[in-house]
Amino acid sequence: MSIDIVQFALLLALMAGLVVVAGRWLTRVLTAQNHWLPERLGYRLLGVDPSAPMDWKRYGIALVLSNAAMMLLGYVILRLQAWLPFDALQRPAQTPDLAFNTAASFITNTNWQSYSGESSLSNLSQMAVITFLMTVSAASGIAGCAAFIRGLAQREARDVGNYWADFTRIIWRLLLPVCLVLSLVYVWQGIPQTLASSTDATTLEGATQHIVVGPVASLEAIKHIGTNGGGFYGVNAAHPFEDPTPLTNLLHMLAMFLVPSALTYAFGRMLSRRRQGWAFLAAFVVMFVGFLSVEYPAERHGNPMFTSLSVDQTPGAMQPGGNMEGKEMRFGIAQTSAFVAVTTAATTGSVNAMHDSLTPVGGMVPLFLMMLNDVFGGVGVGFINLVSFAILTVFLVGMMIGRTPEFLGKKIEAREMKLVMLAVLAHPFCILGFTALAAVWPGASASFANAGPHGFSELIYAYTSGTANNGSAFAGLNANTPFYNTTIGLAMLMGRYFTLLPMLAVAGSLATKRSVPESLGTLPTATPLFTCLLIFVIVVVGGLTFLPALALGPIVEQLAMTASQFF
Amino acid sequence: MSLSLVRPVLVSAVLFMAITGLAYPLAATGLATTLFPRQSSGSLLRHGDTVIGSSVIGQDFHTPHYFHPRPSMTGDLPYNAAASGASNLGPTSAKLRDTVRERAEAFRKENHLAADAPVPVDAVTASGSGLDPDISLANAHAQAARVATARHLAVDKVDALIDRQALGRQWGVLGEPRINVLALNLALDSASIRTLP
Repeated sequence: MSIDIVQFALLLALMAGLVVVAGRWLTRVLTAQNHWLPERLGYRLLGVDPSAPMDWKRYGIALVLSNAAMMLLGYVILRLQAWLPFDALQRPAQTPDLAFNTAASFITNTNWQSYSGESSLSNLSQMAVITFLMTVSAASGIAGCAAFIRGLAQREARDVGNYWADFTRIIWRLLLPVCLVLSLVYVWQGIPQTLASSTDATTLEGATQHIVVGPVASLEAIKHIGTNGGGFYGVNAAHPFEDPTPLTNLLHMLAMFLVPSALTYAFGRMLSRRRQGWAFLAAFVVMFVGFLSVEYPAERHGNPMFTSLSVDQTPGAMQPGGNMEGKEMRFGIAQTSAFVAVTTAATTGSVNAMHDSLTPVGGMVPLFLMMLNDVFGGVGVGFINLVSFAILTVFLVGMMIGRTPEFLGKKIEAREMKLVMLAVLAHPFCILGFTALAAVWPGASASFANAGPHGFSELIYAYTSGTANNGSAFAGLNANTPFYNTTIGLAMLMGRYFTLLPMLAVAGSLATKRSVPESLGTLPTATPLFTCLLIFVIVVVGGLTFLPALALGPIVEQLAMTASQFF
Repeated sequence: MSLSLVRPVLVSAVLFMAITGLAYPLAATGLATTLFPRQSSGSLLRHGDTVIGSSVIGQDFHTPHYFHPRPSMTGDLPYNAAASGASNLGPTSAKLRDTVRERAEAFRKENHLAADAPVPVDAVTASGSGLDPDISLANAHAQAARVATARHLAVDKVDALIDRQALGRQWGVLGEPRINVLALNLALDSASIRTLP
């Protein structure tokens, strides 16, 4: 057990070390004045002036329209896949509803997959659709966050930066260099990177094994750096080719944390409020450690059913023990629990074990992390979500002490609060609304793989994952039906843009305000007290909204499991 | 305002598809095949010209003189490396309970264990990928007697081979101690050749 704690401590220590390095680099990328040669060529092709200022509306429109064009391009390639070259396995094109779902999924940084990669996508699609959309959705998220931070920093101005310059620089200076280096480390550890599609092996017992390979490492790198999460293979990072060693597992987790944690540092630097950045990072870390300390014992303790069948699940020197259904030997309980918490905290959605087979409490942790959606959160948007809750916190505290709430030296007024509430409420509305719809939709329950409360957990997990732009699944649910493809596709689009755009509007609105000097009545927001209040508001608002739904799924299932009731 | 966005919106889609969807993965492929030719093509193992598997992908063994891997749920046949998959059964699933019970009984029978002997959990649970290359040391030692009998070897020799093939935690800290089934069986084959008359 102590070695497991050491692994967790190592993860957090390395993450903290990378915050400063990556945060400094990110700040330089977002505040740069110069243009690199490939960037200048790009601006010329696009016909844009990279130094032209944009207000939040123009920035938001450019972001949404360019995302729409990229989604459309991805959709077209998926529909034409059968006629495009370079696929020895001749995989067919995706159906219209599936291609819509896939394109929506990857442009919104969700990476929900209704298909299984090795049987459904050619190597060309894995590169020109999946890797492409993974990179640009991450860049859009970081760009949106950059505009948001600039809006908070501005005084009596409208300029929040230039979308094309942000987007281009993030790709050339941050994502591509980091991903190229990381993908080579991945190959060294055993992740394939080739244009070949498959190899036939003759096993020691004489059977034939078709081993599907492809450009996996380059996809894995951006998948985790960009908190995307969609796998090359059907089982994602549980596949030995996607995550061959405990070291790649650790690197995956560090990669997922890299940008969301560095953004808190970049925020502190760009606003000259470094303590505020650390206060936000502290909120992330405290919540993450809290959730991990629920996840790990639940999985380590395992399933009482195993013990009743005289199956030995006691951890020891000879075996990791615990609930090993759906888990891989090389990760055991510690590396799996950490990955479950990281991938849903940073809303990546990559999985190194099957979440459907986690214990009820072990499965509730990732579900609840996605419902909160701001413990680290996806690249860019997670930070924006955290700030929306920070504004909510100063508002609630302002109500209690009877003062006009202020945040970062700006007065928070009715317009900002309405927009914040829109962003905060769109999330549960979308999750619970679609879950309720699917629960009564004729035939929708035929997709469940498990009966009883676990079937309901599969359903709410799907819409939570879609709305939170996570992409992990209780994968027993057969979501490749027109109903699920369409509704989950809509949930992903709503979850992305109904939180991003209102918060950009908040930033645009705050940018035009003058700065008010701090007084005795100002609530300091860079203190441990505020961090605690913030966590309290996040957990209470998240908990109260979703608790009834959780009671119907994982909570009742936990009671059934201890009572040895099966479905 | 929106009309001026038409060109950058359309051009950026195609341009960045070419940069991030083609140039980046192709550059990575070029570098990877030069620097790490073995790993980049899938860490394939060969006997002469024949590919016999990949060192990171599990393969199926069911004959008594080889060590057996974990249960696999890759569609119709186990360890199908073209269709990774898991059971996705939840902890209160009656089907999971029945499957685990059957596997435990089968494991005890083929390894000549007592009817209530404890079975290592990894031997009766399906992995996440269906392609898990490893088993626990407890699982390997539980199979040692069967393999030794089938190969007319002393059990302590097989146990010693298991200990020699055991993989520790990576860098002493990361992951779990385990044993690669394919590597173990390959070692077994070469050891048999040396020790048998």
